[in-house]
Amino acid sequence: MLNALGTKRRDKVFYSLLLLALAVCSIAALFPFLWMISTSLRTDVDLFRNPMNWIPNSLYLNNYKEVWTTIPFGRYFLNTLKLSVLITVLQVLICSMAAYAFAKLKVPFKNALFILFMTNLMMPWHSIMVPQFSIVSKLGLYNTHTGYVLVQLFSAFGIFLLRQFFLSLPSELNEAARVDGFSEWRIYWRIVMPLSKAAVSTLAIFTFTFMWNDYLAPLIYIQDDGLKTLQLGLKAFQTEHTTDYGLLMAGTVLATAPMVAVFLAGERFFTKGVATTGMKN
Amino acid sequence: MNRRLQPLKAYATGTLFILPALVLFAAFIFIPLLYGLFMSFTDYGGFNLKPNFTGLDNYKKLLQDDYFAVSLKNNLVYTLLFVPLTAAFALFSAMALNAVLHLRRYLRMAFYFPQITSMVSVAIVWGLLLNPIRGPVNQVLKALGISHPPEWLMSSQWALIAVVIVAVWKSFGYYMIILLAGIQGIPEYLYESAKLDGAGAFKRFLYVTLPSLSPTLFMVLVLTVINSFQVFDLVSVMTDGGPGRSTNVLVFRIYQEAFIHYRMGYAAAMSAVLFLIIMVVSIVQFRLEKKWVTY
Repeated sequence: MLNALGTKRRDKVFYSLLLLALAVCSIAALFPFLWMISTSLRTDVDLFRNPMNWIPNSLYLNNYKEVWTTIPFGRYFLNTLKLSVLITVLQVLICSMAAYAFAKLKVPFKNALFILFMTNLMMPWHSIMVPQFSIVSKLGLYNTHTGYVLVQLFSAFGIFLLRQFFLSLPSELNEAARVDGFSEWRIYWRIVMPLSKAAVSTLAIFTFTFMWNDYLAPLIYIQDDGLKTLQLGLKAFQTEHTTDYGLLMAGTVLATAPMVAVFLAGERFFTKGVATTGMKN
Repeated sequence: MNRRLQPLKAYATGTLFILPALVLFAAFIFIPLLYGLFMSFTDYGGFNLKPNFTGLDNYKKLLQDDYFAVSLKNNLVYTLLFVPLTAAFALFSAMALNAVLHLRRYLRMAFYFPQITSMVSVAIVWGLLLNPIRGPVNQVLKALGISHPPEWLMSSQWALIAVVIVAVWKSFGYYMIILLAGIQGIPEYLYESAKLDGAGAFKRFLYVTLPSLSPTLFMVLVLTVINSFQVFDLVSVMTDGGPGRSTNVLVFRIYQEAFIHYRMGYAAAMSAVLFLIIMVVSIVQFRLEKKWVTY
């Protein structure tokens, strides 16, 4: 298909138009972010001039200073960072251990257990959030970070993704290591995990972004302002400060920036991981 | 060590590796699933209240609950708009991206970008963009000569449509990448032979791309339908279910019943309906798969 393009004049014109259309669409896709940044750098007076000027008259950086003091932004930020890192590390560890067992070890009722785990892929979390909340609060973990972390640690997607990858590693590797007297723990930690860096990073990046952006679960599980995450803070901030657009947008930019950094650093893992979710098993 | 104990030890090691996942699965997914079913037959009010068994009362009440019916209807409208729009945008952008050599990496990143940001920030930004008086969207529409542009989130007619627009904008890049991977997996010789047979671009799309892509496209449809029944964040931040009840969807209704009114038993019955809907949709779609997906 590609080879055909660019051979004839008509095709060249078509190709240029297509590229132009795509470029315009990409700007449309990014427009809300551009507007978000532009608004965060204005005073409200500048924003509501009529007709609206799309480029700020002067860069107004005060919003970025004030947002830290108007709301406990620093606290929200640290809470979110703590929870996202903790959940990512634990989830990757738990998923990779289970995935290793499913791929390479003997487990009683292995297939049945695997199918049972995988049914969770079809089951929306939203349909069990009410009883799950009730169980966690009966354990005395309502309004604690522990309760929120516990409900996020199991991931059928993570187990599936890593198992597929581990299955592709040659079993001779495990055999050889066993003959050399390696324990399964050592094989898993010293051989399998280092060989699976790409798959493990994919899962880690996915989990981290998901946790950073999570809204409904923290909304249910966390009450105290001191325990709140960025997404909860932003929502409350919006309700209280809808009139101060610049300040609100500065907060939104600051909450989004770390995800943009993660995305730019791990773009190839993102696309690989997404492409994998579309694969049939 | 005793040779006969060797296989037992292997099983023990394997079980230990799975144990953390198994315990978490049992405690926070499997037991809640069963407990939720039980809850749906009670008047449980949350926290330390004692649940009373009320039989099918919650389900009977659901059938007459017009608020629930409205949220179900809204959710269906959302699904009927969101699924085809997202799939169409994803398919066409994937096709277009596959056809260009320049800027490909940038374009892929630009279209995927909304996906990595949080629903909350996206909802806040779009809420301001769609502000009827001050928002840039209506300013542009007015500049284009539309004297009375929609009031978007303030109007009960347009609010749900506005939510769909934002949801499609946010999600299509994800499905685009899935479809792009699918398109790139179609063997080149199929196109070559179609061309030798004199098939034009449209025919090649119809007879080569679509059939070869049908398993991936099918997957995308299943995923978008399931996702559409889980919409919550956008509604919660952009409209809070309003104006009136116009954007109240299933999960939002469950959330309100359970965590605002503390009618958890009733909310559990709604959750069971949500569970059932998704199961039925999945089963029907997998049945249909055999009919129209060609491998």
